[in-house]
Amino acid sequence: MAVQLEFLKSIVYFSDLGLAELELIRELIFEKTVDRAEMVLPEGEPATNLYFVASGVVQVFKTSAEGKEQILSIVRPGESFNDVPIFDGGLNPASARAMGPVILYGIKKNDMEAMLVDHPKIALNVIKVLASRVRHLLSLVEDLSFKHVIGRVAKILLEHIGDETGRGPRLTQQEMAAMAGTAREVVGRSLKTLEEEGAIKFDRHRIIITDKEMLQKVIEAPS
Amino acid sequence: MTEMPVINPDKCDGCGLCVGVCHNNALALVNNVITIIATVECDWCTDCEAVCLMGAISCPFEIIIQES
Repeated sequence: MAVQLEFLKSIVYFSDLGLAELELIRELIFEKTVDRAEMVLPEGEPATNLYFVASGVVQVFKTSAEGKEQILSIVRPGESFNDVPIFDGGLNPASARAMGPVILYGIKKNDMEAMLVDHPKIALNVIKVLASRVRHLLSLVEDLSFKHVIGRVAKILLEHIGDETGRGPRLTQQEMAAMAGTAREVVGRSLKTLEEEGAIKFDRHRIIITDKEMLQKVIEAPS
Repeated sequence: MTEMPVINPDKCDGCGLCVGVCHNNALALVNNVITIIATVECDWCTDCEAVCLMGAISCPFEIIIQES
């Protein structure tokens, strides 16, 4: 698949650039195809290329020492990932995995650096992208550090139990996130933790409360 | 009847991201609108819901208490 100029224009890094500049960038971009569930970047490894998603979706996540995953972001077409190590020279701060078949556009770190020197407009665009990334991560940090989200999720579950026929209000993770005042990623992690602790279990489209008392304790736990 | 993710065709912009992330191949674009094609294959991973920016597909959970 040839790199399309129209697509390059849709990438925030390259917005507001002229045709000649886009042609130069196109020369530097290479394509990489990734299969479903394939690891694109492992956390802690040196970063050599900046990637943009051309098609498909990539999940960026961190893994704890106990093997628990926290999703940091979902990267859709036109968006980039692993920007930070490209610009600060450090290691990959998070891992990235393909959620389905994915085509990536890559650009080598050295080429990106040269581009920033030659095209200040790109540097300004990079600042905008990084600033919005910081804003998103700060909001996630706030949710994960200061809010007792797991207690709120437990409360939402208890408040929305279906009646004896099993039919009650049905909730998506997005709706639970809105109710708990947090991000969908944090609700996903909370539900997984409640499952690991034995308070709930998943049965396809059902969340089965297996230990109501435990949920109550989670709600009452100090934040 | 097997419960399936709920699709709002009016919100679907036909981007197809959900088709790509469905590891059970339960979704397809038909006339540029997302459609469920394999009714028994969905395992409710909710990835389709997570990637949809338009909110066109949702995977709502029923919450029940385990019979003791």
